[in-house]
Amino acid sequence: MLGSYRAEMLKLRKRSAVWVLFGAGLVLSLIFGYLLPYLSYTTGDENPSTGGVPRAEVLRGMLPERVIDNTIGGYPIFAGALALVLGAIVIGGEYTWGTLKTILTQRPRRGTILGAQFLALGTMIALWVLGIFIACALCSVGIAAAESGSMTWPSIGTLAQGLTGGWLVLMTWCLAGAVLAVAFRNVALPIGLGVVWILGIETLLAGVVSSLLPGLKWLTNTLPGTNAGSLVFSVTGMGSSDAPPGVRDAVGGGRALLTLFAYCAVFAALSLWTTRRRDVT
Amino acid sequence: MDALVEISGLTKRYGDTLAVDGVDLTVLPGEVYGFLGPNGAGKTTTLRILTGLIAPTSGDVRVLGGKPGQADVLGRTGSMIESPAFYPYLSGLDNLRLLAEYAGVSRRRIDEVLELVDLADRAQDRFSTYSLGMKQRLGVAAALLKDPELVILDEPTNGLDPVGMRDMRRLIRELGTGGRTVVLSSHLLGEVQQICDRVGIINSGRMVAEHNVEELRGEQELVVRADPKDRAQAILTRFGNVHQYDDTLRVTVDPARAAEVNSVLVGAGIAVSELHMTERALEDIFFELTTEEKADVG
Repeated sequence: MLGSYRAEMLKLRKRSAVWVLFGAGLVLSLIFGYLLPYLSYTTGDENPSTGGVPRAEVLRGMLPERVIDNTIGGYPIFAGALALVLGAIVIGGEYTWGTLKTILTQRPRRGTILGAQFLALGTMIALWVLGIFIACALCSVGIAAAESGSMTWPSIGTLAQGLTGGWLVLMTWCLAGAVLAVAFRNVALPIGLGVVWILGIETLLAGVVSSLLPGLKWLTNTLPGTNAGSLVFSVTGMGSSDAPPGVRDAVGGGRALLTLFAYCAVFAALSLWTTRRRDVT
Repeated sequence: MDALVEISGLTKRYGDTLAVDGVDLTVLPGEVYGFLGPNGAGKTTTLRILTGLIAPTSGDVRVLGGKPGQADVLGRTGSMIESPAFYPYLSGLDNLRLLAEYAGVSRRRIDEVLELVDLADRAQDRFSTYSLGMKQRLGVAAALLKDPELVILDEPTNGLDPVGMRDMRRLIRELGTGGRTVVLSSHLLGEVQQICDRVGIINSGRMVAEHNVEELRGEQELVVRADPKDRAQAILTRFGNVHQYDDTLRVTVDPARAAEVNSVLVGAGIAVSELHMTERALEDIFFELTTEEKADVG
């Protein structure tokens, strides 16, 4: 297992697409978490984009105290989509390049190889989360220093809870990409379907259900996007008014956590079952 | 001698299509076994079953005493199935490094196989920049990485230029003489004739022959080009079986009697313009067997 894990890490480490996706997530987090709010803060209340939010409130949102909010606030939507793309390209690439037959004819069993792939993806996602956190922390420290803001940090427990929750959100979407790649033995189709689901379908469903079919709210509350948003909401200090798109308190934090774990388990089990049973042609 | 590969009654069905139909096959230790057949005959399907990539519909398959796909069996088998498949963004060296990680092979062995396939100089280059010949050689290097007892190569000379084909044949012959067992599939009959000890011929999913190459090629024949051909044929029947092949007559006769054949024909007033011994090429046998098979099926 250790050898297979090292092999998977070598593949991920040397694949530029993995770092491009990480870079995109990092840049988007910094733009929406710090650059745009800081511009609106410096240009004052006259800027219509602040929408009447007091400047002190805008500044407080960028200080170290709120670093977790800015680190994982975008995970349920855009970073989730990037994680789904990561899962799809890593697992689907084995089919499109035909390398699956090459690695399956080495010594380890199919389950071991897939397990090592998921473990390596989990490691890479953890590095993404950590990388984005460090960048956000540096920005918040810089802004606090420049604007004489508070240097108070969240407790270690709060930080750990927030980063772990963020990792679980991204891992859920990454495994969703992986299971779609196994199902379609492809890269493009899983990315297309997955991204449309994350960015469009779930939001559309939630809107239709809340306005036309309130009796089906229980159904939308079981969807991965809803639970990802709810978990992020529960581990950050956001209020309903200042939460970014996709982050809301649809279900409680505990339930969201269990639901995301269940999705991860189901996606991994389905991938394993299919990979072990199917002919590699 | 215990067989390294034993297949009996192997069948693989995809929906209504029977890709492999009751194949029996035996590969003995230390031999180079040629698996011959036209495109779509079932060669690659059979080899994929041997490496555990696909499951047979029915039949019994034993590889190195175990079932295909078992960790122990895979650890003693090296294979290249169809075209060599590697990660295009990695160098040849990195591709081998990660395969070595999967298989638990030392770094030193990577250098050895790169030297063996003459790829050490380009090992740092990306796989995507390799020529077809270099890709094939990297595929063979990967197959040899585990220093396997059994090497399975599916069409290893596909797409190679004549020099590349010659080098690949030499490499495979060296593998065979080094005590390894090699299963080589090909539709290039000359290649198999030059390299292999035994061959199995598969057509439309069914094995139509399995013999030593020499056995399969049979007795030598005397090729005679003579005029008039009808009279020559009548006289030649005194020496052995005669059949026509293109514009020549072919007689199964002891090579020592060639001068006597010539003397008799000339004495009978027949002009002899060509007279030499020949062996049946594997190609002739292959076409005989696969054509018969088609006729039977039809």
